[in-house]
Amino acid sequence: MTERVDHRVRDDRSPLDPAVLAGAESFARSWATAVIGSSYVPMTRSEVAQHLQDLTEMLVEALFASPFRTAPGYEIGSRLVDAHFTGTDTLGRTIQLLGDDLLAELGSAGDDRLRSRLAALQGALAAGYARALRERTLAEQEAIRAAVLDARDQAEAMLRASEARFRAMFTEAAIGIGIADIEGRILDVNQALQDMLGFSVEEMRQYNVRDLMHPEDAGSVWRLYDQLIAGECDHYRAEKRFHRADGEQVWTHLTLSLVRDDHGEPQYQVAMIEDVTDRHLLQNRLRYQALHDPLTGLPNRALFLERLGRVFNNRGKHLRAGLCYLDLDGFKVINDSLGHDTGDQLLVEVGRRLDHSVSGEGKLVARMGGDEFVILVEGSTGEQDIVDVADRVLTELEAPIRIAGHELSVSASIGIVERELSGTTSADLMRDADITLYWAKADGKARWALYDPERNAREVARFTLSATMPRALERGEFYVEYQPLVRLEDSTVVGVEALVRWQHPEFGRLAPDRFIELAEETGLIVPLGRWVLHKACEEARRWLVEFGDAAPFVSVNLAVRQSRDPELVRDVKRILDECALPPHHLQLELTESAIMGTADEPLEALRALCDMGVRIAIDDFGTGYSNLAYLKHLPVHELKIAGSFMEGLRAETEEDPVDSQIVATLVQLAHALSLGVTAEGVETPAQAARLLRLGCDTGQGWFFARPGPPEDIDSLLRGDL
Amino acid sequence: MERPNWAPGDIDLERPSVARVYDYWLGGAHNFAADRAVGQKALEFMPELRDVILNHRAFLRRAVRYLLGRGVRQFLDLGSGIPTVGNVHEIAQTADPSAKVVYVDMDPVAVAHSRSLLSGNDRVNVLQADVRDPASVLSSPEVNDLLDFEQPTAVLMIALMHFVSDDENPIGIIGGYRDRLAPGSFLAISHAGYEPDEETGSYRAARAMYDRNVTPMTYRNKVEFTKLFEGFELVEPGAVRLPLWNPESPDDLDGSGRPFPGFGAVGRKV
Repeated sequence: MTERVDHRVRDDRSPLDPAVLAGAESFARSWATAVIGSSYVPMTRSEVAQHLQDLTEMLVEALFASPFRTAPGYEIGSRLVDAHFTGTDTLGRTIQLLGDDLLAELGSAGDDRLRSRLAALQGALAAGYARALRERTLAEQEAIRAAVLDARDQAEAMLRASEARFRAMFTEAAIGIGIADIEGRILDVNQALQDMLGFSVEEMRQYNVRDLMHPEDAGSVWRLYDQLIAGECDHYRAEKRFHRADGEQVWTHLTLSLVRDDHGEPQYQVAMIEDVTDRHLLQNRLRYQALHDPLTGLPNRALFLERLGRVFNNRGKHLRAGLCYLDLDGFKVINDSLGHDTGDQLLVEVGRRLDHSVSGEGKLVARMGGDEFVILVEGSTGEQDIVDVADRVLTELEAPIRIAGHELSVSASIGIVERELSGTTSADLMRDADITLYWAKADGKARWALYDPERNAREVARFTLSATMPRALERGEFYVEYQPLVRLEDSTVVGVEALVRWQHPEFGRLAPDRFIELAEETGLIVPLGRWVLHKACEEARRWLVEFGDAAPFVSVNLAVRQSRDPELVRDVKRILDECALPPHHLQLELTESAIMGTADEPLEALRALCDMGVRIAIDDFGTGYSNLAYLKHLPVHELKIAGSFMEGLRAETEEDPVDSQIVATLVQLAHALSLGVTAEGVETPAQAARLLRLGCDTGQGWFFARPGPPEDIDSLLRGDL
Repeated sequence: MERPNWAPGDIDLERPSVARVYDYWLGGAHNFAADRAVGQKALEFMPELRDVILNHRAFLRRAVRYLLGRGVRQFLDLGSGIPTVGNVHEIAQTADPSAKVVYVDMDPVAVAHSRSLLSGNDRVNVLQADVRDPASVLSSPEVNDLLDFEQPTAVLMIALMHFVSDDENPIGIIGGYRDRLAPGSFLAISHAGYEPDEETGSYRAARAMYDRNVTPMTYRNKVEFTKLFEGFELVEPGAVRLPLWNPESPDDLDGSGRPFPGFGAVGRKV
C-alpha cells in the first residue's frame, strides 16, 4: 500500500573506525528511545533501532566525508518520512538529539569543523524531512480526494443503476402507474397506463387528475382525494371508472398514494391502477343472472324487491307508486294437462306481452315465481294510472296464444295498489297487492281489483274475530238471550228463541250475523252450537221447574254444519238428559236450505230427533227454495215465516195486498200440512192483529219483546209486565 | 422510507468518518478538516488516545505475524478502514506472497481508496459492506472468489466491535462468521474497554465527545470481551490488555503503570 520500508541490514559495513562506530551505535539507541511513540511505524522496537542505526551510520559517514556533502542529510530526512516517522515530534527530537549528543558520542565534542558540518547536515535533514513529508501529505490528500471521487462515481453509478431499475420497474410494470404533483398535474404515466386509457404520455401530461373524474365515480373517491392532497391520509383504494380515448370505459381498482418531501409535506401523488373491466363485466353478468328470471328474461323477485326498496329509499324523487300483482287464471290446469314445457312457453309469451304492454321509465315488470308477475310503476299520479296499466295488460292477454298446435286462451287476475309513499312501506304495498289479487280472483277472475282499505279492514276484523273465537268460547265471552214466541190467540208465551251473543273485549257486543258465518267457516260452530244448546236447555229446565205447565219450550238455531254433524243426535240426547229436560220442551230451528238441500243422513238425524220428541222448525221460511212436495214428508212441526213478509202488514191503515196474500197462503199451506206457523219480525200492533186474522198461530218480534236475559222471561211468565 | 441497501448513500465530507479519524491519529493525511477537527478534539480530552490507537495497530501487526506463524494464509479484515501503513496484506505477503486478504469496510471512501491502492494485487480484495451482516459479507463475490473456507482463515476485528452495541447482538454477528470457518481457523479481536473501576474523567469526556461526533461506542470489560469468543479457544496469553498480548520486547511496554484501556485476544475455532 505504501512505500516499502527498507529494512535491509547494510552488508557493506562502513569503513568507520570501531570507536566511531560504537559511538554511532550508542547514539542510535538514544535516538530510537527519543522518537519511538512519536509516530506510528509498522516495526518492532528492534527493527526501529536497526533502521535508525543505519541512518546514524550514514550520517556519521557524511560528517567525515571528503569532500563534504549535505545530500546524505537530505536523504536521511526523506527516509524518516518513508518509514512513517511522520509525527512532527520525531523531527524535533531528532534535530535536538543530533545537536546535543552526536559529537559527544563520537568523542569529537570540541571539533568546530565537525560542529559546522553537523549543523549543515541537520539543516539538510530537516529540509529533506519537510520536503518528503510535504510530498507524502500532498500524495495522501490527493489519494483520499481521488478516493472520494471514486466513491462518488461508484455511488452515482449505483444511483444510475438503481434509477434504471426503478425506471424499468415503472416502464415495464403490468399495472398502470401514474405520477402527478400535488396540484394534480400529471407528470408521468407508464406504458401500462397509456395502453389502459389509450392516451400517450404527452396527452396525459395535458390533463389534471381532476379531469379524469367520471360521472359514475362514488363521492368518496374525490372526497378521499381531497384528504390525500391535504396530507390527511397517505393512501386509499377505490373502485373507479375511466373514460378511454376511444370513448369506451375502463373499470379499475385504484390505489392512490401520497409521497411527502423530507419535511413531511405532500409532494407527489402516485396512482397504481389495475384494469378490472373483465372482472367487472363478469360480475355484472353474474349479477344479471342473479337478478333475472332465466325463463322469461324478466327481472326476478330479488331485483324487483331491490328496486321497490330503492323507490322507498329515494322518496324525494317520487311521491307515489303503484303495483299490479298479476296471477294467471287456471295456469295449473294448462300445466297439468299440456305439460310443463307448454306451461313454460306460455309463461315466456305472457312475460313478453307484459313487457311489451308495459314500457317506459319507472316501470318494471318482474316474474315473482310460478305464474305470478308484478308490475311496478314509480311516480304514478293516481289509481287511474295503474288501472290503465292493468287494462292494457288484460287486453294484451286477450289474443289467444299458440303453442305447439294449441290455441290457448289465458286470462289473468290483477290486484292493484296505488298510494303515496309516505306512510307506507314496501312490505305493506306487497301485502296489499297480494290481498287485492285474491279479491280479483274471488270476484270472478279475468279482472283487476283495486285495493280497498275498508274491505281490507272488514276482512282483517273478520280474521281477527275468527282467530279469537276459540279463546272467546273458553273465556265465556258468549252468552245467550231469549226472545218470546207468543200465541197470538191469547198472547201467552209458549216458547222462547235462544239467540247467542258475543261480548267481544275489543269490538263490544256482537250480534250473530257478525260471527255465525265465520264460526261455520272455521267449524267452531259445532262446539259453540253445543254450548248454546246446553245453556238453553238449562234455562228451559229451570223454567220447567219454576213454572210447570206454563214453562215455554226453547227454540235453538241449528247451523247447517251442525245439522250435518254425525254426533248431533247423541249430543242432543245427552244434553237433554243432563238437563233433565223433556224433549218436547226443545225446538230446533233449521233453514230451508239446511233441510231441503241435504242428502239422506241429516234427514235421518232429524227423524231421530223428531222420534225422540224434539220439535223441528223451518226458519226464515219463504226466503229459500222449498220443495213443497217434499215438505210433506219431512219431520217438521213448525214453519217460521221470514220477517221480510211482515213489511207490508206493518202500517196501521192499509196493508200491502201481495205480502198479505203471501202470508195468508203460507199459513194455509202450513195448516194444510198440519204444521204450526210462527211469524217473525212482528213489530207493530197492526201486524199482530192482521196475523191473527190471517190465522197465524204464533208471533215473535219487538212488538212482543226484544231478546233479553233469561230473567226478562221470568218476569214475563210471572206476569210482571 | 428506508433506503434500499443497494442504493448508495451520500458521501458527505463534512461528516467525520471513523476510518479517516483513525488515519489522522496514525499520522496519515488521508483525512479532511472535519475528521481532523474531531481527532484533535478527542486528543485534547484524552492525550493518550494516539498511543491507544498505535497499540491497536501494533496488536494487529503482532496478531497477523502470530497467525502467519500458525500457518494461516487467509485473512478477512473486518472494518479495515483507510490503509495507512502496516496493513495486513503488507505484513502477510512479506512473509508469504501467496497470502490472501479481503478487506471489508462500509465507508465508501475508505473502500475506494483501498481499491485504488490494491488494483494490481490479485490476492487482495476490497468489499464495501456492513460487517454486522455476516451473511451478505460471506456471500459476496469479493470474499468467495478469494477465500477458501475449507482452509484455516483468520477473521480480524481490530478496533471494531466496540462500535457494535449489545442491542445489535455482537455474539450473534461473530457467530455468523464463526459458523462459516473451518476448524483451526482464528478470530483476533482488539477492543476498547476497561474494568468497571477504571473509568476516568478523561475517558468519559473523550467517549462522550466521540459518541456525539463520530459514532457511538460500547466499552466492554474483560469478562464481556471474553464472551465474544464463543466457540473459540483463546490462545496464550488469553484475553489481556492490548500491549500485554505477546509483546515483541519488554521495552514495548508502557512504563506508566496505568492499565491500558483495551483488550486483545486471539481465539482458535474448536
